[in-house]
Amino acid sequence: MDPKIQIKHLDFYYSKKLVLKNVSMHMKERQITSMIGPSGCGKSTLLRSLNRMNDIIPDVSLNGDILLDGEDINAPEVDVVELRKRVGMVFQQPNPFPKTVFENIAFGPRVLGVKDKGRLNEIVERSLRAAAIWEEVKDDLAKSGLALSGGQQQRLCIARALAIEPEVILMDEPCSALDPVSTLKIEELMVELKKNYTIVIVTHNMQQAARISDWTSFFLLGEMIEYAETSELFSRPQDKRTEDYITGRFG
Amino acid sequence: MSAKTEQRVAKVFIWGGGAITVTILIGIVLYVLIQGLPVINIEFLTTPPQGGLTGEGGISTAIVGTLYLLGITLAILVVPGIGAGIYLAEYARDNRLTRAVRYAVEVLAGVPSIVFGLFGFALFVTALHFNFSILSGALTLVCLLLPTLIRTTEESIRAVPRSYREASLAMGASKWQTIVRVVLPAALPGIMTGVILCAGRIVEETACLYVTMGGSSGMPTSLLSPGRTLSLHLYYLVSDTRAFDKAMATGAVLIVIIIIVNALTNWLSHRFVVKMRGGK
Repeated sequence: MDPKIQIKHLDFYYSKKLVLKNVSMHMKERQITSMIGPSGCGKSTLLRSLNRMNDIIPDVSLNGDILLDGEDINAPEVDVVELRKRVGMVFQQPNPFPKTVFENIAFGPRVLGVKDKGRLNEIVERSLRAAAIWEEVKDDLAKSGLALSGGQQQRLCIARALAIEPEVILMDEPCSALDPVSTLKIEELMVELKKNYTIVIVTHNMQQAARISDWTSFFLLGEMIEYAETSELFSRPQDKRTEDYITGRFG
Repeated sequence: MSAKTEQRVAKVFIWGGGAITVTILIGIVLYVLIQGLPVINIEFLTTPPQGGLTGEGGISTAIVGTLYLLGITLAILVVPGIGAGIYLAEYARDNRLTRAVRYAVEVLAGVPSIVFGLFGFALFVTALHFNFSILSGALTLVCLLLPTLIRTTEESIRAVPRSYREASLAMGASKWQTIVRVVLPAALPGIMTGVILCAGRIVEETACLYVTMGGSSGMPTSLLSPGRTLSLHLYYLVSDTRAFDKAMATGAVLIVIIIIVNALTNWLSHRFVVKMRGGK
């Protein structure tokens, strides 16, 4: 089966500064692919180029191709709105809107033109259930999303991303602001979600990558050093630098 | 001086500063209310000023003039003011032109209102033949207040966390959808504060209205009628008559109107926030 996402010889620049060097990798459908590496290694930049969130930063440029189902996402005819509908994103800090729980989830569908109240109710319930938070908030749909705990907020954000039925979900260190119990819940959720979605996650937490991901890539100073099945990469790293990093010698 | 004494001394200064400010403010308001309220009765509120050295009559036309001017000015002001603020915060590139515009806005915000009055007199009253009228006064106030509203709007929009925008864009919302559905609702309390500030200025302004609205004590019937606001009436009472008690009463009514306008705007904005955000 062809991979969901293919990255071919990607160079990425912030103004003149090269932050990703000749990265080639792929993400398989309905698998979790994690990207690990020390701060500033370019893994978040790579993640954010998969739904073109870097477009909003001035003065960036890239060479190389990023293919989603075989089609170049940076091609001039690609509508970025359409792309982001297919490739959803969850951020490092839980960032619910200052709106009700219901309105947080209904935001995406509304933006895409869903107006029917019954249909919105349906989407909200389905998304909250899929993000394993329905039971906790079903009586508080009219409460502010900001009134939830940090872990609940992050699951709310995942539900919000699910509401537009993306194919891929990008997660940028989704647990780094959460306590261990909430982290565990999100990890369980991710494993559950991969039945239906392709998940790409950036994480600082190597144990997390080892626990949940099927494939792991290791980045250092803008280069992808190694990419392998997770069990393989953590048990038999091929590169000395990978080994040093996963055994905690630096980073 | 030890850290502890230092802290104590600082505390005394800060508390003292706060106490003095609050005392002065409350003092002024109480003084005006105590002097003015006993003079106020239905007749005072419902009869027009009669003029004369003794300041006969009431303030009915001045109340109508004030509310009329307030409504018209805000109606003209709000869309371009908030629009320009959105433009500066969201769309304007950071280049020389934008910096020049921003600088101009800042300078304009500091120009004395009588200078705007002269400008309004030359443009609206004379060149455009609006004469001394509510319209001339309102347009002049719009020029005076645009910088304030633009600045407060721009600043409240800039204060909206980037994470809200990112979340919205990542969901496939366009930039415009993001501004309308996420950024503006989040910035609304700040923008409302700007509008309240402007409303206060409209009610309190005298100098620039003196030369654009005339000071007719008649009832304004159209946009092109001349008229006077309460502040202007107060000025006439103090400078042309001996009716100091009526000046105080006018001041008291003015204060009450400002309090009502503030409370109303706050209440509206609060209601909107609760509806949008689902409680606190």
